[in-house]
Amino acid sequence: MNIIVCVKHVPETAEAEIKINPEGTAIEKTGLVFDINEWDDYALEEAVQIKEKFGGSVTAITVGPEDADSTLRKCLARGADNAIRLTDPKFNGSDSYAIAKILHKAIKDLPFDIVLTGALAGDDGYTAVGPILAEHLEVPHATMIKKIELSGDTARVNRELEGGLEEVVEIKLPAVLSIQTGINEPRYVSIMGIRKAMQKETKILGLADLGLSENEVGEAGSWITIEKVYVPPVEKQAEFLKGSAEDIATKIAELLKARGLV
Amino acid sequence: MIVQSATEIAEDFSPEYWREKDKTHTFPEDFWKALVEAGFVGILIPEGYGGGGMGMVEMILAMETLTSQSCGLAGQWFLCLTSIFGGLSIAKHGSENQKKNYLPKITKGMEFCLALTEPDAGTNTLNTQTMAIEEGNGYVINGRKTFISGADRAKGMVLITRTTPLEKVPKRTLGLSLFLVDLPNPAIEVMPIEKHGIHYSKTCEVYITNLKIPKENLLGERDKGWYLILDTLNPERMSFSAAASGIGLLAISKAVDHARQRSVFGVPIGSHQAIQFPLAEARAKIEAARLLNYRAAWLYDEGQPCGAEANMAKVAAVEAGIQGVYHAMQTLGGYGYSVEYDVERWWREVNLIRLAPVTHQMALAFIGEHVLGLPKSY
Repeated sequence: MNIIVCVKHVPETAEAEIKINPEGTAIEKTGLVFDINEWDDYALEEAVQIKEKFGGSVTAITVGPEDADSTLRKCLARGADNAIRLTDPKFNGSDSYAIAKILHKAIKDLPFDIVLTGALAGDDGYTAVGPILAEHLEVPHATMIKKIELSGDTARVNRELEGGLEEVVEIKLPAVLSIQTGINEPRYVSIMGIRKAMQKETKILGLADLGLSENEVGEAGSWITIEKVYVPPVEKQAEFLKGSAEDIATKIAELLKARGLV
Repeated sequence: MIVQSATEIAEDFSPEYWREKDKTHTFPEDFWKALVEAGFVGILIPEGYGGGGMGMVEMILAMETLTSQSCGLAGQWFLCLTSIFGGLSIAKHGSENQKKNYLPKITKGMEFCLALTEPDAGTNTLNTQTMAIEEGNGYVINGRKTFISGADRAKGMVLITRTTPLEKVPKRTLGLSLFLVDLPNPAIEVMPIEKHGIHYSKTCEVYITNLKIPKENLLGERDKGWYLILDTLNPERMSFSAAASGIGLLAISKAVDHARQRSVFGVPIGSHQAIQFPLAEARAKIEAARLLNYRAAWLYDEGQPCGAEANMAKVAAVEAGIQGVYHAMQTLGGYGYSVEYDVERWWREVNLIRLAPVTHQMALAFIGEHVLGLPKSY
């Protein structure tokens, strides 16, 4: 089973203080800690587990500058066999569509049974690269995967729907599956893994290597332009619950449930 | 990448976890399992025996990170007992059979302890009274050890004994030997000592009565144990320096969070120099101590003498670490004294490092004698 995992090197923004750049089109990335996108982390673990069960190889692939090598090294240390970084100054400003085109060029000639992506990226949250990539590769896809069962050339996968529902679908391989968090428990990067990763090399491919032209990538090759990024103003709203302790507790429980917090 | 991995492990074992383990005097089974699974226990063990084949620099980085990112002394403690006392001693001085027998097991989590200290031989190791007498194809050992951490659970022990009495050796530093002992053993009785902190691990009195072990359990050359144990004691110092720095950083980070959030008289307390400066000073000293400790570790990995650096790093780290925790507690005020805020636990932990693995004063005496070239002062 040959698996390709598309990963993204993203800033950790959950607990960081976010600033917007002067142009108002992106966040300031200086000072932020970068790591593998959380969803991709689960995708990588799933790929390694499939390899451990069925044999084959895992290739981690990313589009990004040199800094992204640390995410690829992490993938190698966690069990990926190969790493490929697609990079070119012209790739800057690519939207999901352009990124999927770049990935497609690199993946189309590789042997693969499954391509895994994270269901979304923690920084821009488009959830689009997986499906677009599948279209380019002309293979089926399924999104928000919480479980994969493989038999022969078919995968039976559980898709997470809203409201706690799950849908089970059968999909013919090769296919692109985009992975939801919680599908597995990603392992720690091990000392032995770090050792092995040090002995592996990352393959680097640019615009020309991929047979792409300038107008297919970056802003020119994208369908979406970001107009504005901003922090929504904080609204002060408070609701005072009245009644006995029991009534208040019941109301709190209802509110939490209604907002999907429990 | 080691730092990143250690950070991820530490994130799974929060201060609340350690508060609970300390309070209930419980061994952190799942933390140990995580260290084993991630290969941290095998950092110092050669690749051929299932380890990472790395050195003390990597071990120090791992310990410092685990400690400073949430685990406190526990981030160093268990790795020191098993990986340094057991793994490193065997990797350095073990016979091929001993390496084959023990090292792969250590990487899989076989716990170790080091039985060095005695009631009358603490820092003065040469005064060791525990005696191994050759008998038939082996040795019979009798004696008493104290402050042996992890002896209650360990499955292996590096035991320091005399094989030739002090009065019969040509040189004081000769006559000591190291043995590998499998535990539990009916000839070895282990009694935990109640202590000030680190309640998630037991430190014990060990009584050895007519312990019979075969000759092949001798670790390294007979009567040369003193020189062999130095190869373990310097890394032990480095590991405790890493812990002192790590605990200091952990406490400072807690204090900084508190100082930003806690407002008194209309401003966050962190806006006052009286709060900032002591924390800043401790932080700067910790950074300096870390660098010196990395240097000691690097020298060790290069096979160069590192005693001076290891002792100086220990002096610097323990002072800086204690200063960090002290001022963290001061920053938290009354909260610093309450168990729920963790700083009091780190205070109890960092206190050990001015006493062990060597007292602050004995480390200074080493520097006085061996770095400054002054007369021996004790």
